Amino acid sequence: MTTAICSVDALAKNSGVCALLTINGQQQQVAIYYLPDTEQKVFALGNWDPLGQANVMSRGILGNVGDELVVASPLYKQHFSLISGKCLEDDVSVPVFSIAIEGQNVVLVS
Amino acid sequence: MNKLNVVVVGNGMVGHHYVETLANSNVDAKITVIGGETRPAYDRVHLSEVFDGKEPSDLAMTSREHYLELGVDAHFGDFVETIDRVAKKVITQGGQEFSYDKLVLATGSYPFIPPVAGHDQAHCLAYRTIDDLAEIKASAKGKKIGVVVGGGLLGLECANAVKNLGLEAHVVEFAPGLMGVQLDDGGSAMLRRKIEALGVKVHTSKATQLISKGSGHRLKMEFADDTELETDMIVFSAGIRPYDQLARDADLKVGERGGIEIDYQCKTSDENIFAIGECAVLGKFIYGLVAPGYRMAEAAVSQLTEEKKSFTGADMSTKLKLLGVDVGSIGDSKGIAENSRAFVFSDERDDVYKRLNVSADGKKVLGATLVGDCDDYDTILQYYLNDIDLPDNPENLILPAVEGGLPSLGVDALPMTASICSCHNVSKGDIVEAIEGGCKTVADVKGCTSAATGCGGCAALLKNVVDFELSARGIEVNTDLCEHFKHTRKELFTIVQSTQIKTFDELIDKHGDGRGCDICKPTVASIMASLWNEHVLEADLLPLQDTNDTFMANMQKDGTYSVVPRVPAGEILPNQLIALGEVANQYGLYSKITGGQRVDLFGAKMSDLPAIWSTLIDAGFETGHAYAKSLRTVKSCVGSTWCRYGVQDSVGQAIDIENRYKGLRSPHKFKMGVSGCTRECAEAQSKDVGIIATENGWNLYVCGNGGMKPRHADLFATDLDTATLIKYIDRFLMFYVRTADRLQRTSTWFESLEGGLPYLQDVIINDSLGIAAELEAQMTHVVETYQCEWKTAINDQEKLKRFKQFVNSEEQDNNVVFVEERGQVRPANQVEKKRLALKAVS
Repeated sequence: MTTAICSVDALAKNSGVCALLTINGQQQQVAIYYLPDTEQKVFALGNWDPLGQANVMSRGILGNVGDELVVASPLYKQHFSLISGKCLEDDVSVPVFSIAIEGQNVVLVS
Repeated sequence: MNKLNVVVVGNGMVGHHYVETLANSNVDAKITVIGGETRPAYDRVHLSEVFDGKEPSDLAMTSREHYLELGVDAHFGDFVETIDRVAKKVITQGGQEFSYDKLVLATGSYPFIPPVAGHDQAHCLAYRTIDDLAEIKASAKGKKIGVVVGGGLLGLECANAVKNLGLEAHVVEFAPGLMGVQLDDGGSAMLRRKIEALGVKVHTSKATQLISKGSGHRLKMEFADDTELETDMIVFSAGIRPYDQLARDADLKVGERGGIEIDYQCKTSDENIFAIGECAVLGKFIYGLVAPGYRMAEAAVSQLTEEKKSFTGADMSTKLKLLGVDVGSIGDSKGIAENSRAFVFSDERDDVYKRLNVSADGKKVLGATLVGDCDDYDTILQYYLNDIDLPDNPENLILPAVEGGLPSLGVDALPMTASICSCHNVSKGDIVEAIEGGCKTVADVKGCTSAATGCGGCAALLKNVVDFELSARGIEVNTDLCEHFKHTRKELFTIVQSTQIKTFDELIDKHGDGRGCDICKPTVASIMASLWNEHVLEADLLPLQDTNDTFMANMQKDGTYSVVPRVPAGEILPNQLIALGEVANQYGLYSKITGGQRVDLFGAKMSDLPAIWSTLIDAGFETGHAYAKSLRTVKSCVGSTWCRYGVQDSVGQAIDIENRYKGLRSPHKFKMGVSGCTRECAEAQSKDVGIIATENGWNLYVCGNGGMKPRHADLFATDLDTATLIKYIDRFLMFYVRTADRLQRTSTWFESLEGGLPYLQDVIINDSLGIAAELEAQMTHVVETYQCEWKTAINDQEKLKRFKQFVNSEEQDNNVVFVEERGQVRPANQVEKKRLALKAVS
């Protein structure tokens, strides 16, 4: 099942935006990253930075560490995997959500 | 297996070194040592100190007990008289016989006594042993004058002894100068001058013909030039001769002018007999210094082991104190070589003489003479020994140290004792120790040793030493920006500048690897901003920016932002103050005055930023770049306009300067200050660029810092007119922007500049790199293309796209919760948030 989130136009290329979603009955801030030159194109992590204790993950810089696609927290610069949500420097992780592009829309896959 | 029977003849310094080296090696040997003197080996080099308060026992290098512990069979006070090479044994005067498998001759030398008529009477003495000293002392008792024959190294050492005995010391030398073997004429003359100043009488070009009875004193010396000198005592110290009689008697090969001939293994013509030290001659050379003697001893020992070493000669460079005068001699000290070119420095005020001999092409050190100041000895010696190419101006090696002016030297070549930081007396050894203690960066080492924290002139050298030592320990010194670019920031800057690349994708495609990261992306964005100065939110640039640049505001701990409009020089209109207050009230912002003479408004929601800025711009404000690595503020005092003491209009100057450099993206933030007089109320000397008014113009200071590591700015230029001031600042800032590392403030950048302040002045003031015009043009471009980033953004919907908390909702972040404190908002802590959440539910 898919749920529409926003249009692809609302995304920021090679960067992130934030969406407010209801997942399993819970309101969730979801960071959505758009990397148009990758196969998967869109990635979604929880917006809560467990180390910085603020909803800022969508505002980090994207890149890679070795083979891992990552976002760097804008607060204290720890890197989180876009695929697994795991922090590379600390033993914490952020939730990963399954999203996709359908036509002109970004959708949550559940 | 039987032990190897090793017999050592002679227990001087070198013989002793042989015994000790062998005893501590893995050779299974029975060692026998026979010494002619009644005491075990002692430090002959410092003999004269016995007359300067030291006891003979202070000079001892070993003891009978120590030899016993080492299992060495030691015999003293008996001379070996015969070597029976067939029976392989030695026989002493006292009739003792010792069989050997290997025999080592370390018989040393004896003082040369010129064959002058009358030299063998009482009170004509030699200077070689502790026993000689006793005789000299006895002879000198109650007497007035002592003459030393010989103006060489040993002679002067002896003169020191005579002087220390309280006698009027005279030095009589056959040659025209003192230490003629080691020093050139100029050095020799300076040495004489210094020694005479110490009260020692020097007589050169004196050939003694007769020693007869004196009238007023015990003896009279009659010279070839018909002059004479009366004295109570004569000590001969006119050179040494190898003690090779034993070898001659045994038919070992000896040199034409004496000395037991040896090969590179220190073997004599009998393969079971070695000779080491001053009794040996290699080629035609006798090595009359202790260090080469030790090397021979080690080479000779090694012949009994698996790891055979050679002794192929030694450097005879030497540094010593003679009568308290520093004297150094390196290599071809007199410049005898055909193509030798000399640099000579003579200072007759402080009595210093230095001569540096270099090859005709100026590339190599051939030798040097140093008198009165041996500070340069180690460096010159390193150049000489390691055949290191000289810097362009070799004379700097001997010229008095000018701050930052010393040429640098390959650090691997420096000895552990080399002084790296003279301000804090930090040697290379101290630095190595710090690194072994865990220091991993230059900053660590600075903190640990204080090196380079004085005048800072050694910063470059320090960095080289640290880098070298780290990499020698396998600790990689990686100057790559990050895993994506194998370049330093400076290299990347040059690449972008020369290739005119305008996007990150193209740059990483052609000159990097991977997708980039939070290190290289903002760095490249900054470089491109410095060069091309496009808006930070252009589509290509936006993903490169740190969040502060992306939202043109400073992210705080809860994800909200602070807003700082520019207030040039801190001068603000009352209506602007009112506007700031109104904005703060309207958006519920916490307000605080900053250290940079402006106002910071905290707690702005990301989605409110465009509206806040719209209001501020209407009130006449511009963006303050508090979020950027760029110029923050130009702090000023009120200056001559209001102040009773001000000599120039500091506020006007500060406003102009702030407006000129605002928005310039740089490796790190930078701050400036302008004070209207020397009272310095704007604290300009703690800024990256500080300007202080004088009666005649402006003094320019650079590379100061407050903050974590305060650094007092350096006075860069004085009494400048405004045009020159601006020109220098243009060049200075652009040079910093071009060459500094990422996140390197001007203060640390300055410390990393090889050549320090003089170098920087040369680049900026004298245009020594020929880039001044380019730097100025670059700055002009930045100044001319300035735009208020916020003004542009609020008129461009595309750029405002990201200023929404949620792409799909108008709600706000429910984790941003404020409480009130002292009449303003502040972020709630976790406890307060929970309490507020409970209240909301109930």
